[in-house]
Amino acid sequence: MRNYSIFALAREALRGHRGWEQQWRSPEPKSRYDVIIIGGGGHGLGTAYYLAKEHGVRNIAVLEKGWLGGGNTGRNTTIIRSNYLYDESAALYDHAVKLWEGLAQELNYNVMYSPRGVMMLAHNVHDVQVFQRHIHANRLNGVDNEWLTPEEAKAYCPPLNIARNARYPVMGAALQRRGGTARHDAVAWGYARAASALGVDIIENCAVTGIRRGSNGAVEGVDTGRGFIAANKVGVVAAGHSSVLMEMAGVRMPLESYPLQALVSEPVKPVFPCVVMSNTVHAYISQSDKGELVIGAGTDQYTSYSQTGGLPVLTHTLDAICEMFPAFSRMRMLRSWGGIVDVTPDRSPILSKTPVAGLYVNCGWGTGGFKATPGSAHVFAHTIAQDAPHPINAPFNLERFRTGRLIDEAAAAAVAH
Amino acid sequence: MLLIACPYCGEERPELEFRHAGEAHVARPDPIAEIDDAAFEAFFFLRDNPKGLIWERWRHVHGCGRFFNAVRDTVSDRFITTYKAGEVRREVVRDDEGGYQLKGEER
Repeated sequence: MRNYSIFALAREALRGHRGWEQQWRSPEPKSRYDVIIIGGGGHGLGTAYYLAKEHGVRNIAVLEKGWLGGGNTGRNTTIIRSNYLYDESAALYDHAVKLWEGLAQELNYNVMYSPRGVMMLAHNVHDVQVFQRHIHANRLNGVDNEWLTPEEAKAYCPPLNIARNARYPVMGAALQRRGGTARHDAVAWGYARAASALGVDIIENCAVTGIRRGSNGAVEGVDTGRGFIAANKVGVVAAGHSSVLMEMAGVRMPLESYPLQALVSEPVKPVFPCVVMSNTVHAYISQSDKGELVIGAGTDQYTSYSQTGGLPVLTHTLDAICEMFPAFSRMRMLRSWGGIVDVTPDRSPILSKTPVAGLYVNCGWGTGGFKATPGSAHVFAHTIAQDAPHPINAPFNLERFRTGRLIDEAAAAAVAH
Repeated sequence: MLLIACPYCGEERPELEFRHAGEAHVARPDPIAEIDDAAFEAFFFLRDNPKGLIWERWRHVHGCGRFFNAVRDTVSDRFITTYKAGEVRREVVRDDEGGYQLKGEER
């Protein structure tokens, strides 16, 4: 792997940019691997990278049914934050934020992590109480989060309307300054390039059609569109399709898959300096470095794999955006997407061993998996390599739905799911 | 937006009048206090999440207010049928053209 640097850029500029290499190899699948990761999104590619880098596993394949980052990794609102209420969640998501801070250097790839601040607006007394509880819980866990008055919130984000007669009056805000955004494509590409350089085979256009188990019940490999590939360890990191894949191994999951939509506007000059989320009216918005307003909508009410989502969900979010930021009411929307997200009963992810020996699962991130990408990949690689969870992901096991030790962010998360 | 035929009102109405109510035909164990943890997990948390046909409940909240069952394809979001709560589960078969038909009512 040739290093990216200012000198490489200067050299290629003088040579007419003819010397750039492919960022990752496109090998034919081998007949056997030590570990197969199903799913070539950020979490899966990151898992392969950390397996190779930190655990010395060299014979790894990442199988992707489409192209890298072509699912939810490349189609999300890229918000990064760790202001979760419960200790277990704060540890997991803050682990990710700490990795985000050094990720561009680690991968020698500009993932454009931008800690521009995530501001959550409080519109009523209940919001004020809940957010202040969050702030106190976060600070006890060493996670930065602070309370802003309406005037302070306006100073941090000038487009905000804090008039007392606004339809959704701003009574204050919780600000996590380390929160922000990153370039989603670059996360997938950066992990892919770094993993490929460590010998990981990344195999695109290779859908898994079955998971084979031996007579002792343990995993033996996977059937794919390109034939059978053997492996004694298989990690399922397939977002909305996780329950479909786990079904192939005979494991019934506590998951339901919903379409989640996002949309971007035409690009404009810098108008919006941070990320603003409003849980109560369900609107969240930021501006990409390209200038587009990036707007997140909610999930549909019904389970679906349609990858489209209904129009009422989008209009509901745009209603709220236009009320809070009337200046945006004449912006034209350029693109919208529907991705399929897998939601658990307690709205916390599952990063776990499974009842099947050699089968591991990283799923259930619901509507907010992007922010956790490096942390999730890091602890999941540990889980696969050691056949035991990392202390950070031990609480996020599959058995919690039997033992009752839920991590119930459903009501406590700082954003609606 | 989905159009949903309420079997009580006998009319197709827009999705906004309805509330999705999860998987259908999940029987509550009786007596529930005597089941073990695994059975409770299966009843309370484990759900069908198929890429294909799903049997699910809807409630016509802004209409008659009643619950009913539906069979829907989760890939196309097309409804195969809806039927009243308490009726037996409707079975569906695939026809030659790849579409779905109610069992016993094939063309």
